[in-house]
Amino acid sequence: MGLATFRGGVHTYEGKNLSEHCAIQPLEFDGEFVFPMSQGIGAPSKPIVAKGDYVLAGQKIAEPGGFISAVVNSSVSGTVKAVEPRLTTMGTKTMSVVIESDGKYETVEGIGQERDYTKLSKDEIRSIVKEAGIVGMGGAGFPTHVKLAPKSDDAIEYVIANGSECEPMLTNDHRLMLEEPERIIGGLKVCLQLFPNAKGVVAIENNKPDAIERIQKEIGDDPRISVTVMRTKYPEGGERQLIFAVTGRHINSTMLPADAGCVVDNVATLAAIYDAVAKSTPIMEKAITITGDAMKNPANVRIRLGVSYGRIAEALGGYKEPPQKIICGGPMMGMALWNTDVPVCKNTSALCAFLKDEVTIDPGTHCVRCGRCVDACPIFLVPPLMAKAAERRDIAKFEELNGMECIECGTCSYICPAKRPLTQFFKQMRRDVMTARRAKQAAEAAKKAEAEKKA
Amino acid sequence: MDNDIIKSLPHVSSSPHFRSNLTTRREMLDVIIAMIPITLWGTFHFGFYSLLVVIATVITAVASEYLYERLMHLPITIGDLSAVVTGMILSLNMPPSIPVWVPMIGAVFAIVVVKQLYGGLGQNFINPAIAGRCFLHISFAGLMNNFSCANIGFDAMTGATPLAAIRAGTPYSYWDLFIGNTPGTIGEVSILCLLIGISYMIARNIITPRIPVTYIATFAIFMFIAGGFDFNYLILELLSGSIVFGACFMANDYVTSPVTHGGQVVYAVFLGVMTGVIRTFSPSAEGVSYAILFGNLLVPIIERYTIPTPFGKRGNKKV
Repeated sequence: MGLATFRGGVHTYEGKNLSEHCAIQPLEFDGEFVFPMSQGIGAPSKPIVAKGDYVLAGQKIAEPGGFISAVVNSSVSGTVKAVEPRLTTMGTKTMSVVIESDGKYETVEGIGQERDYTKLSKDEIRSIVKEAGIVGMGGAGFPTHVKLAPKSDDAIEYVIANGSECEPMLTNDHRLMLEEPERIIGGLKVCLQLFPNAKGVVAIENNKPDAIERIQKEIGDDPRISVTVMRTKYPEGGERQLIFAVTGRHINSTMLPADAGCVVDNVATLAAIYDAVAKSTPIMEKAITITGDAMKNPANVRIRLGVSYGRIAEALGGYKEPPQKIICGGPMMGMALWNTDVPVCKNTSALCAFLKDEVTIDPGTHCVRCGRCVDACPIFLVPPLMAKAAERRDIAKFEELNGMECIECGTCSYICPAKRPLTQFFKQMRRDVMTARRAKQAAEAAKKAEAEKKA
Repeated sequence: MDNDIIKSLPHVSSSPHFRSNLTTRREMLDVIIAMIPITLWGTFHFGFYSLLVVIATVITAVASEYLYERLMHLPITIGDLSAVVTGMILSLNMPPSIPVWVPMIGAVFAIVVVKQLYGGLGQNFINPAIAGRCFLHISFAGLMNNFSCANIGFDAMTGATPLAAIRAGTPYSYWDLFIGNTPGTIGEVSILCLLIGISYMIARNIITPRIPVTYIATFAIFMFIAGGFDFNYLILELLSGSIVFGACFMANDYVTSPVTHGGQVVYAVFLGVMTGVIRTFSPSAEGVSYAILFGNLLVPIIERYTIPTPFGKRGNKKV
């Protein structure tokens, strides 16, 4: 049988060898922990603690601020030092709860208690997941309890565990699959309990044969769960590409995976679901990869959420030389940091530090229309024409060229021989289109309101 | 802030933070490598003078790009090797005994007028080498249609041009036509060497077979019908003239062919029909260059109507 895959994409430099054999090592820190109220997609959460409050590890410190929003729990015990805007990985200041750890890690009562999840009702499971503050840990940070509550439970035919880890350099999901497959499969089983007609699929790229073997062993002879081996290609782990590779179904920007009968969760998210449901433990820790050629000791570490990246890097021995580029996340979709004193969030999975910045030093040349980006685009867009529209700031043309379907995966910029910043153009244009749409909506609403006033 | 502090800070930019090691220069180099077999065959077949023509044209093309950019205070871009490619394509389109100054004038026209005046690499809307060739074809018709070559004992006074010769009943065997043992322009005669070149480009992922295969197939169908379903005529038409050269090195030109996959097929079909029409109905035996030139002009409109349906917009299996 051929490997599951999609049309387009690129084979990037992988660079996973730096850290793929490093077992996940736990690291503890004292001092300050910062919990931004916005950790991924959705409305910011509302803090429910105030300066001076004493909080326990696992205690809820913020409520969801809307339907698509998540609970935030403290990862340490200590005193709330401040509730104030703090710098985050996004490069902006976000309202955050700052807790000074007392180093005791005293937990809320009941945490760690074993629970037989098979006896729980669907509503109980969903509310546990919500209270545990679980969001998609692969990057977008979409609140998981919303994902697990589609319109119809019976319509879900696949629960896909995303273990493709197609980003270069990253190895934290790989290590998690090797070291703690029982948590991943456990989380998958919890999800399957919610969806009676679904089968579980663990999707893994074929560059991780050891993980495939380990997961297969963990599944055993469970008839509802199987492994789909996918071709190693970027962006194999993109939601739309993944669903297509596993099921042959298509979704576009206006659809949710549930529209194709799928629920997709990162393997780390599933592990968190398992912890919450079976071990009564909210999301407090995360395994992340610290890598790149500037790191003295590339590693996979398990840390408590809220600690700053800079301190983790320091604890691992620091940099060989001052890095020219530091990325939070993977090199294809991560955020460049100018300051590493930003907290680890639920949806961030790595810190990559590089001695050389390949991108900003190369200004790029004219497009020769070689069409490699057209071949590589996993959404079948036409980047050269979109870039022309972007250069002219032609919003209408950009939309006509289906620019809003772009997933900003970075494939076109990666492959471009002229080193043009294509993805960067499109990101800017997509935001411009959204702004224009909002302005139009606001204008229409105002017009309507005025018309009603007159009538 | 202090400048030193700013310099010591890590760079920030929008993702992706990796780039492939592919460069425009490398792509152009691969095209140049692909043209080496035909250049060598031309040299071997027509004599050393042909190599001189190629080298002189390439040097002129590169020099005119350099001088223009220098005079206009533009960044010098000769390092991307695209001027070399233009010079090579133009010179390989020359008859073997052409006075060397003719393609040199063509090279200046191609680089300065067709390419640089429109903004340089990637900005020209017609292929510089083809425009240069057509310019020469019109300006120096006599010289450009003189395929005599002492080295192969071919005399324009006694022999006809190769394409015309076919129409009069060919003196060449299929084998001669295939390996290139015929009169013609320097680069077009050896189908074998052209196939080696294009295979290299396909293997190196420089081009896809989409345009050349569609082009030649459409042309073949057209000529088969136009020739009264005569296989012999069809094969001779395919193996002679610059149809294969055009399909391999000119129709494929990145800048002046569509980037959409559907558009490439439409474009190639247009080229095939157009080449057939010119060859069949025009007194000028050479249809390829003009067909491609016309095709170039249609590229924006072809692209406009061949925007692919994005992933997930068609074939939705909604549950």
